[in-house]
Amino acid sequence: MANLITLAFGALLIENVLLYRFLGFCPFLGVSKKRSSAVGMGLAVIVVIVLATIVTWALYHYVLKPLDIVYLQTLTFILVIAALVQMVEMFLKKVVPPLYRSLGIYLPLITTNCAVLGVASLVIAYEYDFLSMLIFSFFSSVGFFLVLYIFSGLREAMEQAPIPKPFKGTPIALIATAALALIFARLGGII
Amino acid sequence: MKVNQKQNFLKGLIKENPVFVFVLGICSTLAVTTSLESGIGMSLAVIFVLFFSNVVISLIKNIIPNDIRIPVFIIVITTFVSVVELIMQAYLPDLYDQLGVFVALIAVNCIILGRAEAFASKNNVLSSAIDALGMGLGYTIAICLVSIVREVLGTGLITIWGNAKINLMPIFDFFHVKPSAFFTSNVGAFIVLGIVIGIVNAIVFAVKDKKEKIKKEVKANG
Repeated sequence: MANLITLAFGALLIENVLLYRFLGFCPFLGVSKKRSSAVGMGLAVIVVIVLATIVTWALYHYVLKPLDIVYLQTLTFILVIAALVQMVEMFLKKVVPPLYRSLGIYLPLITTNCAVLGVASLVIAYEYDFLSMLIFSFFSSVGFFLVLYIFSGLREAMEQAPIPKPFKGTPIALIATAALALIFARLGGII
Repeated sequence: MKVNQKQNFLKGLIKENPVFVFVLGICSTLAVTTSLESGIGMSLAVIFVLFFSNVVISLIKNIIPNDIRIPVFIIVITTFVSVVELIMQAYLPDLYDQLGVFVALIAVNCIILGRAEAFASKNNVLSSAIDALGMGLGYTIAICLVSIVREVLGTGLITIWGNAKINLMPIFDFFHVKPSAFFTSNVGAFIVLGIVIGIVNAIVFAVKDKKEKIKKEVKANG
């Protein structure tokens, strides 16, 4: 049990997907300009990462491994993720239209979000069992949401700051991320 | 035609550099730049995948139905990523361990899908191949620049390949400073990349201003 709590906090804060593992950075820079879009993207990412990791984990352990075709891992995982994203999109459109309207535009972007494939591959590389996999994927994606939300607030404030022209946009965003990464890295003391 | 291809090749290096100008493929740029060796290894893998996926997509662009073109692109790209993964596992196992999950993640590297969608699906095979080489080299320049800065400031060494290292410690000793592991950590990655992009931007802006000034002077004189 203690192990699982450590795993959860590690995935959420210290070894954060964005700040420690550098996964999912393209959408991070893209959608963190506004707080509302950050929330939408963050929620969509949580849903897709957890679902995709469960499905790919099962696929790896019950299909790829018994058949001894592990070298197809990347190819099958990416197809599963793309199909899953499409299915989540169709499901939301049919069943919860209001949610679809707010999350819809972020879903196609998630297929090429490396955090999804990254978490799915990490779970395999670390040889997690089912419960650890579930906790790792959930808290990793919540960590993504958390950082994205904090950073969108920072970015709105940075819009007003007098920043030299060459450093506007991406460079200052990266430097601000460094400060955030420093804070998150030091949270290791709470475990 | 020849001049055209030359421009096509050179545009990826600076003017349309995928990392500095389009800010694509940032994840891998941050993750693999802890040493020049892993940076070079990653760049070679990306050039390989980019080249073959661009060529293949350009060859089959007329057969792919427009509605499902993105999934088809992804399958083509991922096939070549698997090839790279298997080759690396067999011949460069140390490098494969160092790059870890990021080899598989070339499949979702936005540079490659971006070039497939923006260039290879609209141009002939030769142009696509040259575009891939130019963009790949642009990515390599960016990665090498960032990894040299990080490795030198972090360890005082430059690892070119295996045991071929350049020792810069005498320079550090001369100034009585020590390299700091901060620069090879994840926090250092963000700061170094941010500052490098900022400096590149500053240089690009300065060159642009100068060109415009010359143009104005020519206009005023003529």
